[in-house]
Amino acid sequence: MASYILYKLILVIVVFSVSLLVAMYSTYAERKIAAFLQDRIGPNRAGPFGILQPLADGVKMFMKEEIIPDVSNKWLFILGPCIAMMTACMTGVVIPWGDKLLIGGREYSLQITDINIGILYLLGVVSIGVYGIMIGGWASNNKYSLLGAIRASSQMISYELAMGFAIIALVMHTGTLSVKEIAQMQNGWHWNIFYQPLGFLIFIICAFAETNRAPFDLAECESELIGGYHTEFSSMKLGFYLFAEYINMFISSAVISTLYFGGYNIPFADHFIHNGNVLSVLGTLFLFAKIFFFIFFFMWVRWTLPRFRYDQLMNLGWKILIPLSLANVALTGILMYLTGRIH
Amino acid sequence: MTLVERLYLPAILHGLRITVRHFFKKKVTIKYPEEKREFSKVYRGQHVLKRDENGAERCTACGLCAVACPAEAITMVAAERKKGEEKLYREEKYASVYEINMLRCIFCGLCEDACPKEAIFLTDRITPSTFQRGELVFGKDILVEPSDKPIDISARQTKEVLDFKKHKEFSHNKLL
Repeated sequence: MASYILYKLILVIVVFSVSLLVAMYSTYAERKIAAFLQDRIGPNRAGPFGILQPLADGVKMFMKEEIIPDVSNKWLFILGPCIAMMTACMTGVVIPWGDKLLIGGREYSLQITDINIGILYLLGVVSIGVYGIMIGGWASNNKYSLLGAIRASSQMISYELAMGFAIIALVMHTGTLSVKEIAQMQNGWHWNIFYQPLGFLIFIICAFAETNRAPFDLAECESELIGGYHTEFSSMKLGFYLFAEYINMFISSAVISTLYFGGYNIPFADHFIHNGNVLSVLGTLFLFAKIFFFIFFFMWVRWTLPRFRYDQLMNLGWKILIPLSLANVALTGILMYLTGRIH
Repeated sequence: MTLVERLYLPAILHGLRITVRHFFKKKVTIKYPEEKREFSKVYRGQHVLKRDENGAERCTACGLCAVACPAEAITMVAAERKKGEEKLYREEKYASVYEINMLRCIFCGLCEDACPKEAIFLTDRITPSTFQRGELVFGKDILVEPSDKPIDISARQTKEVLDFKKHKEFSHNKLL
């Protein structure tokens, strides 16, 4: 029992620190990729190729003066970034980061916990994330913050519906809510993207909206709202908000890779590699390669597309994505009936 | 808009293709302190006050440069040469103080045109940046070329320039 707790503790710490590390270097990657897409070089002063830039940014954030506005609600003002950060870190729990390792005759799964409603847990925690933004924006007692917070929450609620429907179609296809089982089912080339292309499209659009990334970054929209919900935040509280966004991006990339792109399964690798441990480690690396690609994709899109107007955002969410995702659910049902998987 | 246009996806993919092409393009950035942009031969940078071939300062503090200066960046104080200073100053009058405010200077080069003694020239050196404004008022200690390390201005003082200066309206511009 004690060894079980120890192993889970180690796994939690590893997943936690890896998500922090990836988020840290996402800030660096974002600046580099933005620069490269614009024919620039990007940060290159701190260390070779600017590798130490995230550390310098972190130190800067910590050294900044901490300002809490007099008119703000101080408890909620502090609670906001905490919730944003906490929910961002909580989602990594149900993602299968790899298959299992056999050490000393015992199996160690590379997933922290395989709850049988993993997908619901993911959606639930992501929905709590909006409270961090809403509370932080409201507690600032500033019009811009409040507007940003309202935009963020209405946007998240609108896009969660379409995302939920996309997942319902996926769940109809897989027949399970456990993330681990969904990953296992995509052995070989049976990636869900081939069975749910429309669902994937809807899911990834909603993932952009849920993480408040461009072209859906209306919540922080500098040109209209200064900084949106984090206008009044300074020092590491601002850092937490920005950091939470990058962790969210990492997690949603992991979710997309797991749900639609086969997770940790390397197609046909089990024919060539028979050592289970090696296969697991390679699978984890493969998963991370996919995750990094999607993080790159997130940034690539951000530095390509202009921001939506707010009415366009709402139109897209309610008038296009939701009907489309409903149609996708119906279509999945019909196809499953025709292929005889349901009666 | 047609249905395909309303889907936006083809347009988005097109945009993504354009940006990813730029991702692999050669970058135009010049990493300044390590790399320097190639200057034009007649680049107008920080000024130099030349010495003559014996190492004496050419400037006679006539003030024509200060008059010509559109930014009013040049100030000077004239003084009379004492006995025994013939090695230091070429003529009887010299500038005891000669200051150029680099924050005012627009690097137009009119001072160079106005100078009858071929004493002031602009060089291809970049004025260094500082944290204090006062440090950017350059005095003679910075402007006069060191006697052991003459600063090359041959690129600016070509034969064509010298010929041009032989015109009547430049008759004051004669090398002694």
